[in-house]
Amino acid sequence: MAAKGGALVLRRLTKHYPNMAAVDGIDLEIAAGEFLTLLGPSGSGKTTTLMMVAGFTPPTAGDVLLDGSSIAGLAPERRNIGVVFQNYALFPHMSIADNIAFPLKMRGMARPAIAAKVEAALGLVQLSGLGGRRPRQLSVGQQQRVALARALVFEPGLLLMDEPLGALDKKLREDMQFELKRLHGELGVTIVYVTHDQEEALTLSDRIALMNAGRIEQLGRAEDLYERPVSRFVAEFIGESNLLDGRVEAGWFTTPDGIRAPVAARADGAVLLMLRPEKVVLAPESATDGLAGTVSELVYGGDFTRYRVAVGAATLTAKIANSRAPFRPAVGASVRVLWHPGDECIIPK
Amino acid sequence: MRYWRSREALLVLPALAVYALLYLYPLSRLGVWSVFDPEPTLKNYRQLIADPVYAKALLNTLEVSFWVTVCALGLGYPLAYLMTTVSARARVWLMALIMVPFWTSILVRSFAWVVILGTNGIVNKTLIVLGLIEAPVRLLYNLIGVEIGMVHVLLPFMIFPLYGVMTQIDPALLRAGRSLGAPPWRAFVHIFLPLSLPGVAAGCVLVFLMAVGFYITPALLGGPQQITLATLIEMQVSDMLNWGFGATLSVLLVGAVATLFVIFTAALGLDRLTGTGKA
Repeated sequence: MAAKGGALVLRRLTKHYPNMAAVDGIDLEIAAGEFLTLLGPSGSGKTTTLMMVAGFTPPTAGDVLLDGSSIAGLAPERRNIGVVFQNYALFPHMSIADNIAFPLKMRGMARPAIAAKVEAALGLVQLSGLGGRRPRQLSVGQQQRVALARALVFEPGLLLMDEPLGALDKKLREDMQFELKRLHGELGVTIVYVTHDQEEALTLSDRIALMNAGRIEQLGRAEDLYERPVSRFVAEFIGESNLLDGRVEAGWFTTPDGIRAPVAARADGAVLLMLRPEKVVLAPESATDGLAGTVSELVYGGDFTRYRVAVGAATLTAKIANSRAPFRPAVGASVRVLWHPGDECIIPK
Repeated sequence: MRYWRSREALLVLPALAVYALLYLYPLSRLGVWSVFDPEPTLKNYRQLIADPVYAKALLNTLEVSFWVTVCALGLGYPLAYLMTTVSARARVWLMALIMVPFWTSILVRSFAWVVILGTNGIVNKTLIVLGLIEAPVRLLYNLIGVEIGMVHVLLPFMIFPLYGVMTQIDPALLRAGRSLGAPPWRAFVHIFLPLSLPGVAAGCVLVFLMAVGFYITPALLGGPQQITLATLIEMQVSDMLNWGFGATLSVLLVGAVATLFVIFTAALGLDRLTGTGKA
């Protein structure tokens, strides 16, 4: 089952409904063998985009190209794209083996060849020997694997996955994430993955397209989105962040309520300063630099402690690793809040 | 499994009482009448076996019911399918149109068919005007008339179980089928059709068993060849005043329905017929 990845291109892809633009002119190039995640809150257009690629939702405008040729006019059954649906959509009246054999049967493959392929597919997802069972006799995690095997057995170049791990509990979800990574590496299939779970997106993807209101807000690697968000939306959606509105002038960031800190920004003007909580450093009051603040709240979280520190009118969150924290202020303590120059991210407005 | 918890069981008592009083009691009286005249006797049953008319009537009844079921399935399946695919608004309208027969008395509807299907009825006149036939076709007092009338009355009983099962079929299954390479008709044959079979079974059993006991429509629209058990019972009771033999025929009818029900449920599974099973 050595599938070769297909290259997918979306060109000004648009879906308008009478009262709203579900997808508003998306341009996206996905390389062969890439794992790309469409991430976004519900209603951001990620599933609509996926359904347009699969062929279930006709686009209002724009084009979908697979390996260079347009597939926008093709019926779903002629696109040769594997799809894993949200609730797996296994056929309840067929055995597991028949479920996996279905796409091969539709392609007119001979019976012995089908049997061999089904066996191989079951082995690939580590379900050998369960071919005779019915879907409802399997656990949710096993059903997920069957859905995956069925979507891959006909060796599509492109695999679409719509929130496939949503129904699994945390432990199982993590197992399946590893499994997916392994399969992706083994098969080289191109995967477009839809999720609203940012952690999942960060863990799995080569690149992430963060969607908001029918558009791609930011496209990049996990680090790009986490370390260098281009907008307030990205900064707030991915991970935790401290956000301060202010201005940069001559290398100093200032806010209207008096926070003043040196930053590594080149251009002057109105900006949004983003600082991840784990980049924040707390120092004793006696320190000479940093912002003066008061610890208003602390929550012990095992490997880290989360501090809420009131700095002027703002409240900053600091996530301090417990392993290397010589300074552990209590609630009400006066502290200095600082960070290493360059750890902040300046988002121009 | 424990079905009954003592206090919840009380909730079915009123229904059970009505059922016992209005159904089981008269039914048992029929059984008694069939073997007393006024002394205990089996003469009614001897007559039932001796005269082939009654076996013929039973076969007639089963034949009419069989064709009614086939026609109702043929008309009802596409309609039920249509109801699962149209918009919610259109579905309400369809549902209302299917329900209309429920709001009209069977007697009125059957007489309406007499008017429509008669020698000078609208069907024959239209066909003659269109030049499709030269003389009126006989649509009444034969199998055609009975079929049309009974299918009309019983169609909702086919459609509702079908629709009920069809709406339970996850549309994602059909999309999955398409994405795996099945054109629409193959997705229907391999996925939708097998999953709708419990509805087909339920609808067919319901329509067939109701058709077996039908009286008014076959009596009004059928001819001598369509003598059914129900019309024979009516004849015995109100024309011949032979309550004993009428009761005997009733026992035969109830017995036939019960036997068929047992056979169907054994063959198809009771959970499918009552809709308690999973598709």
